[in-house]
Amino acid sequence: MLAVFRDLLRYDGRFRVASLFLMLTLLLAVLSWFSPYPPTRTFMTPQDLPPSLKHPFGTNSRGQDLLWWMAFAVRNSLILGVITAVVSRLIAIFVGLVSGYRGGFIDRALMSANDSFVVLPVLPILVLLSFLLQGQLSLVTLALLLGLFGWPWDARLIRAQVLSLKERAFTRTAVYSGTPPLLLTLREHLPFVLPVVFATTINNMLWSIGMEVTLSVLGLSDVTVPTIGTTIFWANQHQALVAGVWWWLAAPILVAVVLFLGLYLLFSSVNEFIDPRTRLRRIGA
Amino acid sequence: MRKFVLNYLVPRIAQYILVIFLGVTLTFIIPRLSPNDPVERQVSQLMMSGSHVSPEAIIAMREALTEMYGLSGSVWEQYLAFWGRLLRGDLGPSLSSFPTPVIQLLATAMPWTFGLLIPAILISWIVGNILGAIAGYYENNRAIQIVDILSQAIRPIPYYIVALVMLAVFAYWIPIFPFSGAYPPGTRVEFSWSFAWTVLRHSILPLLSLILLGVGGWFVGMKSLTSNIISEDYVVYAEVTGLPKKRILSQYIIPNAMLPQITGLALQLGLIFSGALIMEVVFGYPGMGTLTFQAVMANDYTLIMGITLLSIIGVATAVLILDLIYPLFDPRVRHQ
Repeated sequence: MLAVFRDLLRYDGRFRVASLFLMLTLLLAVLSWFSPYPPTRTFMTPQDLPPSLKHPFGTNSRGQDLLWWMAFAVRNSLILGVITAVVSRLIAIFVGLVSGYRGGFIDRALMSANDSFVVLPVLPILVLLSFLLQGQLSLVTLALLLGLFGWPWDARLIRAQVLSLKERAFTRTAVYSGTPPLLLTLREHLPFVLPVVFATTINNMLWSIGMEVTLSVLGLSDVTVPTIGTTIFWANQHQALVAGVWWWLAAPILVAVVLFLGLYLLFSSVNEFIDPRTRLRRIGA
Repeated sequence: MRKFVLNYLVPRIAQYILVIFLGVTLTFIIPRLSPNDPVERQVSQLMMSGSHVSPEAIIAMREALTEMYGLSGSVWEQYLAFWGRLLRGDLGPSLSSFPTPVIQLLATAMPWTFGLLIPAILISWIVGNILGAIAGYYENNRAIQIVDILSQAIRPIPYYIVALVMLAVFAYWIPIFPFSGAYPPGTRVEFSWSFAWTVLRHSILPLLSLILLGVGGWFVGMKSLTSNIISEDYVVYAEVTGLPKKRILSQYIIPNAMLPQITGLALQLGLIFSGALIMEVVFGYPGMGTLTFQAVMANDYTLIMGITLLSIIGVATAVLILDLIYPLFDPRVRHQ
């Protein structure tokens, strides 16, 4: 594991940039534990100060230092991403493994459900859901809901892998030695599938954190909890751009760009590392 | 032909029906699982507005609302009635602009959304695929490497943020494009050259943001598809026979590499549609996204329901259309 990490750092520029960006966002998230005041408090600093040495991101019209606010925001957005990823991964792995290994009718039923979920436009459904739950939609609930919608792309990918693993000799050995099917795919197939799962996890986090931004901007999540999306929501509420408080929007945009680019570069670097064809091409074979 | 119908057409149409069934059922179930009763919410909202309402009037209103939301009778009766109304195209009256039917509001918003979305999808898909194929085939071209880096840098950023930055830069900082809307408020909607020009000018910025975000994904996909295809025997053979590179690219590589990209488009439509909705909110473009925003702001429950239902049906139908034209591009499916 460590050797892989070292190699990627040495040979892949994207991985280096990704590590740097993610390190910065993590650092910001860790800063939230050192904040001098909780994020719900307002009017702790003078209002609308532009970025300076004392306030690197400036302060907003609600009298909050944007650095501390953003620290909480990035922490919460990351927590949301992780919860969604875990939930949707569990569903994706289960559906993918069962569908791939069992085949037949179960496979067809699961895959048509899967394809339906892929096609459904998630945003309007989530708008309806969060509209009805207004006020009661906490960050964790939102993360769980996103998890329920975020699995189908990966389930298909996992299924495709299992379909080819199923034909390999070790699967037959395991069947002949009497391993029950579920245990077999969990013990024999899952390890092969895990790298793909890891790569798509990052992609899933990009999706869920982006979705949170969208819903929060519409005012459909719990806007008292700082996230990247609610920061933009409050800036819009106070018409930051019109009032000339551009740094109120610049802070979440900057943090989001660094976070998203970091995650995406990590995804494409890892994805390429997993795919042996691209590695062979790189060394000129 | 019979085999084609049985193996290709029938499963696609069955899938289409399943998607709509699932989507509509979800939209039916969600409000009924929610702890908030939309009727009570509407009533309390009215009572909070300060005007004095007699208790009898409240009871009458509660009954009227229950009827309107289709909440009377058992769940099964409600479910069947829900489908019945949907098939008749009756989505109820909008609550915020009562008594305009929801379907009428949607009908005025939809042309704007599709007028923006269809060109955006087509342009980004075609441009992304052509550039991606070139990038995969001519791996050491400088100009294309810059396109590669740029598209990868923009691609992961959420729609809302890209749109916001575009708006801030091109309408606020360097004001070369109008700030919001599809035409200046107060303009008469008519068929004339000057109106068409105004609409076009207003649509450039949202269109550009949609394309900017779209191109990257198709570019990356096509690039990797192409670099896998160039080692196939038939491409190597074409190269050995000394065919011009341009011809190999346009006749040997692109027609094959674009097939998975068409399937990819079908799979991405839901995501692209959701992105376009949020894009409209940023640019104040009068389509379904802005309508959604207004519905949320005005607590218009029937309108949100209508938008959700229509989005599901719209996206599913678009996917079906893509599936139906796919055989035109893939002879293997055509000649089963």
